[in-house]
Amino acid sequence: MRCGDLRESYLEDEKIFQTVFVKCWLGVLALFLLALPFLGNAYMLYVANVIGFAVIAAVGLNLLTGFTGQISLGHAAFVGVGGYATAILITRVGLPFWLALPVAGLISAGVGMVIGIPSLRVKGLYLVIATLAAQFILEYVFVHWESMTRGIRGINVPPPAIGSFVFDTEKSFYYITLVLVVAAVGFARNLVRTKWGRAFVAIRDRDLAAEIMGINLFRYKLGAFALSSFYAGVAGGLWVSFMKVVTPEHFPLSLSIQYLAMVIVGGLGTILGSIFGAIFMTLIPELLNVLTGHTKHFLPGMEQLFLPMKDVIFGVLICTFLIFEPHGLAEIWNRIKNFFSLWPFSY
Amino acid sequence: MDIIPQILVSGIAAGGVYGLIALGFVLIYKATSVLNLATGEFMTLGAFVCFSAMTQLSVPFYISFVLTLAAAAVLGLVVERIVLRPLIGEPVISVIMVTIGLGSILKGLTHMIWSPQYRSFPPIFPPQPLDLGFAIVPSGLLWGFVFAVICTAFFTAIFKYTRTGLAMRATAGNQQAALSMGISVKRVFALSWIFAALTAAVGGIIIGNISGISIHLGHIGLKVLAVIILGGLDSIIGAIVGGFIIGILENFAGVYLDSLVGGGIKEVVPFMILVIIIMIRPYGIFGRITIERV
Repeated sequence: MRCGDLRESYLEDEKIFQTVFVKCWLGVLALFLLALPFLGNAYMLYVANVIGFAVIAAVGLNLLTGFTGQISLGHAAFVGVGGYATAILITRVGLPFWLALPVAGLISAGVGMVIGIPSLRVKGLYLVIATLAAQFILEYVFVHWESMTRGIRGINVPPPAIGSFVFDTEKSFYYITLVLVVAAVGFARNLVRTKWGRAFVAIRDRDLAAEIMGINLFRYKLGAFALSSFYAGVAGGLWVSFMKVVTPEHFPLSLSIQYLAMVIVGGLGTILGSIFGAIFMTLIPELLNVLTGHTKHFLPGMEQLFLPMKDVIFGVLICTFLIFEPHGLAEIWNRIKNFFSLWPFSY
Repeated sequence: MDIIPQILVSGIAAGGVYGLIALGFVLIYKATSVLNLATGEFMTLGAFVCFSAMTQLSVPFYISFVLTLAAAAVLGLVVERIVLRPLIGEPVISVIMVTIGLGSILKGLTHMIWSPQYRSFPPIFPPQPLDLGFAIVPSGLLWGFVFAVICTAFFTAIFKYTRTGLAMRATAGNQQAALSMGISVKRVFALSWIFAALTAAVGGIIIGNISGISIHLGHIGLKVLAVIILGGLDSIIGAIVGGFIIGILENFAGVYLDSLVGGGIKEVVPFMILVIIIMIRPYGIFGRITIERV
């Protein structure tokens, strides 16, 4: 009877699909995800899309914060840069969505590298403050660079299309989201077991020691910022194409905090964790929404409490997880898995 | 009338308030190496408690002020006990994030209790402005400044001349040594949070008085980050000087740059200054340069 970890080489330990069993279940999951548009209604697909964008952005942030240890409070602003870049490239330059999205990601990556420059000198608290400042400066740019962003009026974005087929429903857009989520997660999961991923972790654990071991801090720190902002930019581009409009209010500081919360609640430094975190933190407000919708009849005034309630619940989740379960949902998942893989001889 | 002295005076008045709020940040940072990103929410809460005490209990200002201080002290104590103490010794990201989470909770609660609309504070200070000859100081700014300076002086004096202050400074210098000298570091931590909550509440009341209160008042708490970075995270004198510099620069930018970029520049200039300082001199004007050893 198989019991416990039976790996004999590093290669085996680094394998993504550890067992045939895992592969089977992933196949089932993939089938389920592919079939979801035919099972769920429009609202469920809307939520699924939003979760997809959150997963991409959260995985990006986790590469930066969880793996490289550089805390960023400006992630929403990078998402915004990607969103605006996509919108402007499509409406002004006339690029098709399929080209605008990667270019927007690259633009976002460029901005992210500029913001990442302070990380070469400062870390910890100072970097948090620098990225916070970047969030406010970029938000200001979104509102006030009217000739480009049209200020608070926002830009209307046409949906993506191939030939005459237009991806303008939740159902059709879902497949774009799904493909990109799989690509983003797959790339990140593979990246963290390469030289780059190990360099990131080394920098997180002790940057000076990493430098002495021959890791070029300049390259890898900026690389982490660029990569994370690229993810954010792609998430932003998808989001605005899905919503068909982009305005500055989409990217407030509270969204940055929400992304950080996803990464923390899910588990810092695990890709699986950011997926859990993104799903969890997106579903909670939606659940609240549904709840307030149901209680509206006998508890009037609840819908006004919805927004602050969201703030409170996010805050409580962040604090609770940090204090009681710092490794997040991914760790809980691992414990559950270990319980069964070691069962019945858990000692 | 010349406009420059007027800008200077407004800047200095605003800077006094910034200095007071910055003091709250610095006190916590010095003693516990934590940056309290929930300071803005502490301010909002203080302003609202004082406001409610005055309008609903209809007590005079000095009583509601004392009530607010008491509430702030309790808040500081509770927060330190429940949220911060379990995280002593945890990595910096956890501690920062927990203050952000705390801010989110407080913001939501404030929003729930006092709905988000904008309100103006009942007048506390005599309304006539002060005419200095070369500039006119609006009454709100003037009294706010006076109040802020008194409070700053008071807290600085406690820090410098009392036994408690000595214990706090000792803890800031070296926790191990302070412990071995019989100082209760836990008590010092709690005290720093209480002091910080007090300064934030007073700052909130002053700003509420000048510009009215809403749940977005706490935004100024984030602007003050520029002040403490400029002055140096661990320097009280830096907080005060930085407050004045940011206040003045912000007002100049508001007058001279606003027309160029289409308004609102005052809100973001402190952050631009912040980024520049972090790039060229991250430890600020008076901050201690830390040398990292492996």
